[in-house]
Amino acid sequence: MTEQERIQKQRGERTRADSDDLSIVTKKGEQLKGELDDLLDEIDAVLEENAEEFVRNYVQKGGE
Amino acid sequence: MAIAKILGIETEYGVVGGPDADPTTASSIIVNAYAQQGRTRITWDFNDESPGTDARGIIGVGSLAPTIETHLANTVLTNGARLYVDHAHPEYSSPECATPAQATLYDQAGEEVMRRALRAANETLPPERAISLYKNNSDGKGNSYGTHENYLVARSVEFADVVRAMVPHFVSRQVVVGAGKVGAETDVGEAAHPAFQLSARAEFFEEVVGLETTLKRPIINTRDEPHSDAERFRRLHVICGDANMSPVATLVKLGSTALLLAALEDDGAAQFPPAPAQPVRALREFSFDVTLRHAVRDETGRTRSAWDYQDELWHLARRYVERHGGAAVAGPEEVAQILAQWREMLDGVRDDPEAVADRVDWVAKRRVVEGFQSRYDLAPRDAKLRAIDLQYHDVRRDKSLAQRVGLRPVSPDDAIRHAVAHAPESTRAYFRGQCVTRFPDDIVSANWDSIVFDVGQGPLQRIPMMDPTRGTRDLAGALFEENSTAIALVTALNG
Repeated sequence: MTEQERIQKQRGERTRADSDDLSIVTKKGEQLKGELDDLLDEIDAVLEENAEEFVRNYVQKGGE
Repeated sequence: MAIAKILGIETEYGVVGGPDADPTTASSIIVNAYAQQGRTRITWDFNDESPGTDARGIIGVGSLAPTIETHLANTVLTNGARLYVDHAHPEYSSPECATPAQATLYDQAGEEVMRRALRAANETLPPERAISLYKNNSDGKGNSYGTHENYLVARSVEFADVVRAMVPHFVSRQVVVGAGKVGAETDVGEAAHPAFQLSARAEFFEEVVGLETTLKRPIINTRDEPHSDAERFRRLHVICGDANMSPVATLVKLGSTALLLAALEDDGAAQFPPAPAQPVRALREFSFDVTLRHAVRDETGRTRSAWDYQDELWHLARRYVERHGGAAVAGPEEVAQILAQWREMLDGVRDDPEAVADRVDWVAKRRVVEGFQSRYDLAPRDAKLRAIDLQYHDVRRDKSLAQRVGLRPVSPDDAIRHAVAHAPESTRAYFRGQCVTRFPDDIVSANWDSIVFDVGQGPLQRIPMMDPTRGTRDLAGALFEENSTAIALVTALNG
């Protein structure tokens, strides 16, 4: 194998490895997005209905 | 040889609602509701309280010592904790714990105490007057309340060395253990206008070292009130931390700090990285920068980000454990777990936040906040996003968002329930807990370092407990087996 061929082979391998990584990353990304969507649905269901009022009414005295 | 890092957390909970919407009334109802469940009616003894004593020796002009409110509801629990009204908040001060994992367990037991207290209180109130409790640190309007850690430190360590060694950690640890916050609420915070910041507390700090906890809050608090033998011990009172909902974050917050304090005791302050030239500014600027890239200059001119500081401190802690074993902090497995989690969280926040969204509070909270923002196309700091921030910390399981984001546990639920009623066995909290459990009718009052008995004859008897590492099950267990009455116990202790 010439030096040129060896480098090309390495490059080829790296490209294949990279594309595998990418598809794993994409798949993982989709899975994470799906999980986040489910979580946001769940949170939407329990979140205080009038956020504006809920936040405005939460007033504390300083402590410590 | 570093002394045992006995430690614990005191948490002031945010409170709204109640019969007259007054937070002090609501807090008293919470504490009394819990006490009236039959768990304890023993009051707190203020005899050893001296929060105005300054570790630097001299109290600076203008320093305000905190006031003690003796008339408010105040009680001792069978798990050795103190449950009381502090200013306008219900506060749970955990018992003295032997290791960071145990202190994490008793912090979670505190959440359960508040949950039970809340349930009992609300059974007596009409629904429109129901009380809500939040384990957080501010109201989003510039009012803050504390989550304070306490660590036993050898008196032989110079206070200046505590400052020298610990400031770098206290300004930077928020990258792994910050609770996160939507927006900002102080003048200095508003000027930076962050959409989201790492720490709930950082923007409230104005001094590097000082005695106050409510005004001009300092990164290092000098309150020198050891609640133990002052010749041998200090209690480092750390007021700059956030209330964590993630138990792994609590474990790493306590574990990293305890390991660094042990390293300071054994190998001195010279090994620590120099503090930022402007520590207060660094604390805030690190909090405002969710990219973690912001770097600050130290006194020698070198720049570091908060992440760089944590990386350096992690290596310091690991070297310490390799050399000395870390027995002052915990057993080998727990120490290894603390170092491993600290490392994973540190790498995660930089390289793969999703991977640590189950442990790092600010990452978990921000993920939900940004998810909502993009789902509903909301402006940064929209009321809905602030509501998410607040409700993340709701004590009630059916409301809490922290319960829903998949945070990793440290202790199983049955261990937490057990810790609600039973004290740690390897600190003096065991002695306090046993006395309160066995002889509630014979105890007049109790505090961190003593218990006062009224055994029905002669004067009141104060039993001092000046060493937090004694009064353990190993040392005192037989005493309780041999003496089934308070008078027998007191006689045996006096004999």
